[in-house]
Amino acid sequence: MTTHEFDVVIVGAGGAGMRAALESSQHTRTAVLTKLYPTRSHTGAAQGGMAAALANVEADNAEWHTFDTVKGGDYLVDQDAAEILCTEAVDAVLDLEKMGLPFNRTDDGRIDQRRFGGHTRDHGKAAVRRACYSADRTGHMILQTLYQQCIKQEVEFFNEYYVLELLLDTDPQKAAPGTPVSVAGVLALELATGEIHTFRAKSVIMATGGSGKVYKTTSNAHTLTGDGMAIAYAAGLPLEDMEFFQFHPTGLAGLGILLSEAARGEGGILRNASGERFMERYAPTIKDLAPRDMVARAMANEVREGRGCGPNKDYVHLDLTHLDPEVIDAKLPDITEFARTYLGVEPHNEPVPVYPTAHYAMGGIPTTVKAEVLRNNTDVVAGLYAAGECACVSVHGANRLGTNSLLDINVFGRRAGIAAAEYAAQAELPPMADDAAASLTSRIERLRETVGTSGESTRVAHIRSALQETMDRNVQVFRTEESLTEAQQDVATLREQYAQVAIHDRGARYNTDLLEAVELGFLLDLSDVIIASALWRTESRGGHYREDFPERNDDTFMVHSMAYPDEHNVKVDTKPVVVTQYQPMERTY
Amino acid sequence: MTATSDTAPSSDAPPLRVRLKIQRVNPEGTPEHAPGEEYWDEFTVDMHATDRVLDALHKVKWEHDGSLAFRRSCAHGVCGSDAMRINGKNRLACKVLLKDLNLAQPVTVEPIKGLPVEKDLIVDMEPFFASYREIMPFLMPAGETPERERLQTPEERARYEDTTKCILCAACTSSCPVFWTDGQFFGPQAIIGAHRFIFDSRDSGEWDRLEILNDRAGVWKCRTVFNCTDACPRGIQVTEAISEVKKALTTGNV
Repeated sequence: MTTHEFDVVIVGAGGAGMRAALESSQHTRTAVLTKLYPTRSHTGAAQGGMAAALANVEADNAEWHTFDTVKGGDYLVDQDAAEILCTEAVDAVLDLEKMGLPFNRTDDGRIDQRRFGGHTRDHGKAAVRRACYSADRTGHMILQTLYQQCIKQEVEFFNEYYVLELLLDTDPQKAAPGTPVSVAGVLALELATGEIHTFRAKSVIMATGGSGKVYKTTSNAHTLTGDGMAIAYAAGLPLEDMEFFQFHPTGLAGLGILLSEAARGEGGILRNASGERFMERYAPTIKDLAPRDMVARAMANEVREGRGCGPNKDYVHLDLTHLDPEVIDAKLPDITEFARTYLGVEPHNEPVPVYPTAHYAMGGIPTTVKAEVLRNNTDVVAGLYAAGECACVSVHGANRLGTNSLLDINVFGRRAGIAAAEYAAQAELPPMADDAAASLTSRIERLRETVGTSGESTRVAHIRSALQETMDRNVQVFRTEESLTEAQQDVATLREQYAQVAIHDRGARYNTDLLEAVELGFLLDLSDVIIASALWRTESRGGHYREDFPERNDDTFMVHSMAYPDEHNVKVDTKPVVVTQYQPMERTY
Repeated sequence: MTATSDTAPSSDAPPLRVRLKIQRVNPEGTPEHAPGEEYWDEFTVDMHATDRVLDALHKVKWEHDGSLAFRRSCAHGVCGSDAMRINGKNRLACKVLLKDLNLAQPVTVEPIKGLPVEKDLIVDMEPFFASYREIMPFLMPAGETPERERLQTPEERARYEDTTKCILCAACTSSCPVFWTDGQFFGPQAIIGAHRFIFDSRDSGEWDRLEILNDRAGVWKCRTVFNCTDACPRGIQVTEAISEVKKALTTGNV
């Protein structure tokens, strides 16, 4: 076992992690740990754009952007955080341009901007061009540009190091409110060798991304198993607003592969089996550019009421056929290639079959606007930070607007890097027990040695697909107490099976069988939290729609959920929403 | 056995029976094979017509042999994790549809060539990334940093757009016969990585990079075999980009 000592350890090398590293590595010894290689991170799969009120192509300002973010999040957004997000957005985009990001340009050479769902002029009057973009591969360009800057700055990466445990100096749930709790480091499995490494650190930044693999149909990578959220939770920290999961309206039907909202931003139209532009009925003003939760629900509703397309009437059509093929090829090259490659559909002259796909966790590790991780509603864990999808600031509230996540990772990744470095500069390295890695090491050894006894039910793949099936069936766009309870029972059964889980690979090196088994444990933990939070919230808001409670209930539920680990159960508490200037209104578009 | 790929859409199409012939090596050895011994392993799986080679590999791993090691992440051709040799050609396993292959024959799957094999289909990527780092793949602008964005016309941007698409999957570099035999050669990826900045109007480090590429390990080793262009899963005109770099060196004009 090897022990490393750093000022700052960053877990995850996507947009948030690398943006943080560019700040912290200027001033402190920083290590970035990733279970992949940095350029494999799922930031690279983001397509349509990054929001910022540059006003390069039409009038716009940060206040309109803030309003849209708050309304888009169905008023569960912390408004102080949204103001920061939208105000710092302009510099976040300009910083990336200065780093070399090849944004699309206007004829006079400035950064071009396009329309996106829920982004409007003057508080909802019409769609506004706010998304800065690079064709339909904006996330790819952000990931590459940040990686290139990390090379320039000689950031130290530990590639294919899988962080499995977060070490705190005190159990955060046993510590009395107001008493100090500090981070001490992380434990990681080096995939190439199977060795467990201890990383002692003054500051740790969690930037591990999403958890879409709790669902079967998802735009997320195989590797997005909510690791950071799950290890924070396992360390006794709460998770905020986990009932809010975004289903992106336009996944390739049956596959879940993402087709950017930019397709609708550029003029694409959703149609049902009779060719009707059905969004006119659901959002008369901005139609197909309504926020994702509303569009996804509308699509699911069309299918449910028998107006779906195809032989099984189980999807709708994304129609781009009226657009100039040259515009499609120039501005949406990747997503149209996905349609050709994976469905054999030519978007120039055929509509593309689409259906909602699990896309983004609005919830996550609760943080302050300085990215400090909260252990309850008021106390932060000293030296611990989180940013990006694994965190909940909360700028997305109950529903994230498209292009606000690429913004989030840059604004709050940067803030996390600055805060972590500042803290590390004045902190001592916390002590760590010699046997800090003992329990993890024996857990990994046990997993590696377990021989399956009861066949199919102890296989990783079997348990995982059963989990994803029940989550898709019961915890998707529409939810009821009955469906959630069924999912809860299913997860309990799967947990029992997981206790006996058996893998085949007994080796130490590149044991990806073992890796998948660990990931599955995280998925099960997070599913429990998502379900418990969704059962608790007996109202409908943003991405969380309870058919048995179809109205928003501001009297009781304009609060964040805070899910705490409590023995083997989930205890759901609340945290107030920060309201600065926008009182909740009815959410129509 | 019925196929239940986790990504297959609801389809009434008949299953595809696929034989996979996979080149394997286990550094720690197995009961049948010595540590480091290369061998072929065969599996037969039933798949859907919409499934890709990656789905078949997953089916093997998830239902037959959990020790099969390969990298993958996004599963739709944008992260660059799963470059491998499929029927002798460098491809991303997540972009090759099974129905597009001749299934009368086994589908052969091997690790990409020219990089040390770690286990089964996993190779050591470090030499590849080291070459990329060497060409200084970051913007080196001249002059004062402006308050707003640096201006760049759509035409200026179009000049280097193609090479910005690179996902660092190594399919090009590991398809290059010069790279296989010459341990010094940067390989095509590093050259297009440099191209992306050399032809960016905002950059002024072009001659620093061109000097590196003019070196004996650089661009002149390219024999214009076009394997790299065929291998690129992003459709980058790799050989053409390399030619542009050669031309800049011979003419002195960027």
